[in-house]
Amino acid sequence: MRIKFQQNLDELKERLLVMAGLVEQAIQRSTEAYSTRDTGLCEMVLRSEPAINRMEREIDQAALDLLAMEQPMAVDLRFIIAVIRINADLERVGDQAVNIAQRVQDLGMFANVDVPVDIPKLASLSSAMVRKALQAFIEGDADLAQSVLALDDQVDEMNSAAFKSLSTLIGQRPEMTPQALNALIISRNLERVGDHATNIAEDVIFWVRGADVRHGAIAEEE
Amino acid sequence: MGVDIHVENLNAWYGQTHTLKDINLQIPANHATALIGPSGCGKSTFVRCLNRMHETNPIARAEGTVRIGDIDIYKDASPVEIRRRIGMVFQRPNPFPTMSIYDNVASGLKLNGFRNKRVLDEVVERSLKSAALWDEVKDDLKKKSGASISGGQQQRLCIARALAVDPEVLLMDEPASALDPVSTAKIEDLIFELKSQYTIVIVTHNMQQAARVAENTGFFLTGTLVEFGKTHKIFTNPSDKRTEDYITGRFG
Repeated sequence: MRIKFQQNLDELKERLLVMAGLVEQAIQRSTEAYSTRDTGLCEMVLRSEPAINRMEREIDQAALDLLAMEQPMAVDLRFIIAVIRINADLERVGDQAVNIAQRVQDLGMFANVDVPVDIPKLASLSSAMVRKALQAFIEGDADLAQSVLALDDQVDEMNSAAFKSLSTLIGQRPEMTPQALNALIISRNLERVGDHATNIAEDVIFWVRGADVRHGAIAEEE
Repeated sequence: MGVDIHVENLNAWYGQTHTLKDINLQIPANHATALIGPSGCGKSTFVRCLNRMHETNPIARAEGTVRIGDIDIYKDASPVEIRRRIGMVFQRPNPFPTMSIYDNVASGLKLNGFRNKRVLDEVVERSLKSAALWDEVKDDLKKKSGASISGGQQQRLCIARALAVDPEVLLMDEPASALDPVSTAKIEDLIFELKSQYTIVIVTHNMQQAARVAENTGFFLTGTLVEFGKTHKIFTNPSDKRTEDYITGRFG
């Protein structure tokens, strides 16, 4: 039993979960800021980005060190590869949170009007995908990860519906174009969050089962 | 050229100890196949059964079928013929210490009755070139003894000696475990070169080495072949939990 190596793997997992906590908080704050138009929350999201970026670099380095020094095999190798991929996806979820926060700040310059897109619902669904994917990672539960994949279609459909309704709104009410465009971009940001959650879930399946299910395909075993 | 190796229901014993249990395996020609497993798992016994070296121990015996190409080595060939067709390299380089480099390489042919100097010269040069040793020793072929060169060179000399009799299969029992990293890399490069002409079976404790040199890998445990398959599959996603536990260092 390679005790120190196992401890290092546990530590890597903990660090990734700390980063995941920061990212989840950022996305939650940015979407709440949209609902409340609270620019203070937006500031908090923007301030959290350097810490997320720093953690991404640290986790990558720790994973690289383990690959180089321990030369892991099989499930351990897949775990570290999954951590590296999940790390990148989490950082990008953090970027989406920053983008949303910036859109909310921009919205502050315009009248607060109702637009025909349910951003809180979309945010709730995409955040739930991230949470579920991370739960699957914590528990090493490939079945739970598999259930995340199905949710992505719902998020994609909501984003497509938002595009249609907001395009129509811009045609009918040109004076609402800035609000509609910001809402459209936020909808797109949340759809990307769902994509990253999907990637994380796929990485969990890769780690646990050794199966590559990305892009809807199962890699050849041979 | 290399030939396929077919092993069916192979069992081996040392005295009362059943060291290999019902091994069934097909080793493809012109590939390198690695055998891994903890000490005492039977992997070295297995390769010694492939050239009937196992039975040279008076308390050892083996049963089953081993076909090297189209020859059943336990029925159709003498041990001498088998060892001409199947070369073997051991953990510790074992050149004949009193013989020159030249005579070390030529020894197998001489044993088989070859005396033609021109033929022997050609074979010695070709074998040393195949073993990537020619450039280092060509000026001292008859001046230096096999024991006077470095450990890495001695191991390549042993490979050259094995190649000189034009075998179809090359068995390597931890051929680099006593060598430094530079010499190890040379042996691994050599395996890569040689497998186009020979069927290579390598026993190794070094799993990274197995991953680097072999297309297929077999995992032995307590005398059984637990898993055999493509090396990349064995080392990234093995089918058997025992294989995974071994290669990830959870036991062994």
